[in-house]
Amino acid sequence: MSLIVGVFAIQGDVYENISSTKTALKELGVEGTVLGVKTAEDVSKLDGLIIPGGESTTIGQLSLVNSSLKTIKEKIEHGMPVLGICAGMIMLSKTANDRIIGKTDQPLLDLLDIKLERNSFGRQKESFETDVSMASINIPKFDGVFIRAPSVSDVGSGVEVLAKFNEKIVAVKKGNMIGVAFHPELTKDVSLHKYFVNLIKKSKTGQI
Amino acid sequence: MIPLSGERTDAHGIIKEKSDSGVILRGTSTLKRGFAHMLKNGVVMDVTTVEQAQIAEDAGAVSVMVLDKLPSDVRKAGGVARTASIRIIEDIMDSVTIPVMAKCRIGHVYEAKVLEETDVDMIDESEVLTPADENHHIWKWDFTTPFVNGARSLSEALRRIEEGAAMIRTKGEPGTGNVAEAVTHIKKVNDELRTIKAIYDSGDNQDLVRMAREFKVSYDLVEETAKLGRLPVVNFAAGGIATPADAAYLMSLGCDGIFVGSGIFNADDAKERARAIVLATTFWNESEKVKEAQKMIDERQSMLGLDVKTLELRMQERGSSA
Repeated sequence: MSLIVGVFAIQGDVYENISSTKTALKELGVEGTVLGVKTAEDVSKLDGLIIPGGESTTIGQLSLVNSSLKTIKEKIEHGMPVLGICAGMIMLSKTANDRIIGKTDQPLLDLLDIKLERNSFGRQKESFETDVSMASINIPKFDGVFIRAPSVSDVGSGVEVLAKFNEKIVAVKKGNMIGVAFHPELTKDVSLHKYFVNLIKKSKTGQI
Repeated sequence: MIPLSGERTDAHGIIKEKSDSGVILRGTSTLKRGFAHMLKNGVVMDVTTVEQAQIAEDAGAVSVMVLDKLPSDVRKAGGVARTASIRIIEDIMDSVTIPVMAKCRIGHVYEAKVLEETDVDMIDESEVLTPADENHHIWKWDFTTPFVNGARSLSEALRRIEEGAAMIRTKGEPGTGNVAEAVTHIKKVNDELRTIKAIYDSGDNQDLVRMAREFKVSYDLVEETAKLGRLPVVNFAAGGIATPADAAYLMSLGCDGIFVGSGIFNADDAKERARAIVLATTFWNESEKVKEAQKMIDERQSMLGLDVKTLELRMQERGSSA
């Protein structure tokens, strides 16, 4: 069995996620290919997708151009595992509000029932690194890199909280969807990417 | 992970705080360079008003850069070009959700401090403004806010990185609507990167020492860059980009993204042009999409542009010797 993992390559740190996923596959001894994907056709072939960090307004608007957003939504609804990082988590959410500006009318996938606040910790000067614990998925200590990060103020039913920082929710999971406010691809630690690869493997073999 | 070559872990700009949830760090190279990585494959647009900033955001810009005057108007006005009004920067920060950058003069430590206090997301130490210190750039490790600097060659880029720049852009020739200089600069950087990569692969350390002396930077930074075969920070194109085809061409030369200065808001079709340049940057390797983007603009509405050979003021030369 060989997995096909895509990184949504419209805008943002695509290359780093490809590289972290490749390392994760190698360390797990799982066969697979990792590629940047832009079009609906590319997305339709995937076993799992990472929506990387970047600017969510840009990623949202441009994915409407080639209708890849619609295909992504259908695939996730049919069970394809997805990891949304920072802007990617914003894309997965049902509603996003900016801390200063308030409600935004940006295009979203409208899948994950979370109440999300953009730029929740402040501007770039307030960006920070700290240890994050995701004990429920066996990652007790992780170097959390938060860059103009969002946070989750409330979750709907069935959404599991994976991690909190200063009472703000920074990582969530519901079934095949994971959302994190921090950037695992910017660090050496590939344990979250490994967890995600295992999730894709389980999904493909029908274990979830 | 991202490369941290040349990183100074003892920098004054790094702030360590203890919170209830543990130790937190701000202003590290991972955070500064990481911020620039989030802009990749995107377009940063020069703006002078709230209205322009909103047009930029709606067009899909990843960030806006606030100036007092667009580079082409700086050329026309002459005199001393300084950082923008703080009130305008703050108004723009309150009206868009994307990151906001602003320019300070080369070497002007206190314009930079003012911008850091204003909480802009990134500071551009820029040759578009009149240099405040011809011999020194700002020591950017003293700041928690990340900096972007212009460069015309690998040696200039590495000197800026050694001073703490978290992002590099080509200088091009700002305010001309002429992409020729930006093309020259990115090709020169790429050529020089290939040269040092080849030296590294050959194992000739003595030759790398020679390169470090020529570039006037530390051996370690040259060696690590040579090993990577690319700059250890994100590298954008800037200076003279005016059309979707310009943007796509520079992306094809290996740039990580695009800065557009006068090209959008000095054109008569700013809204369509902003959108078109974003499209061409995102889909630069699909010719059909670039054509569609180019079709959205009217060449008769493009800024007239200037031939670089006739210029009295060559902004790109500012700060190059330091």
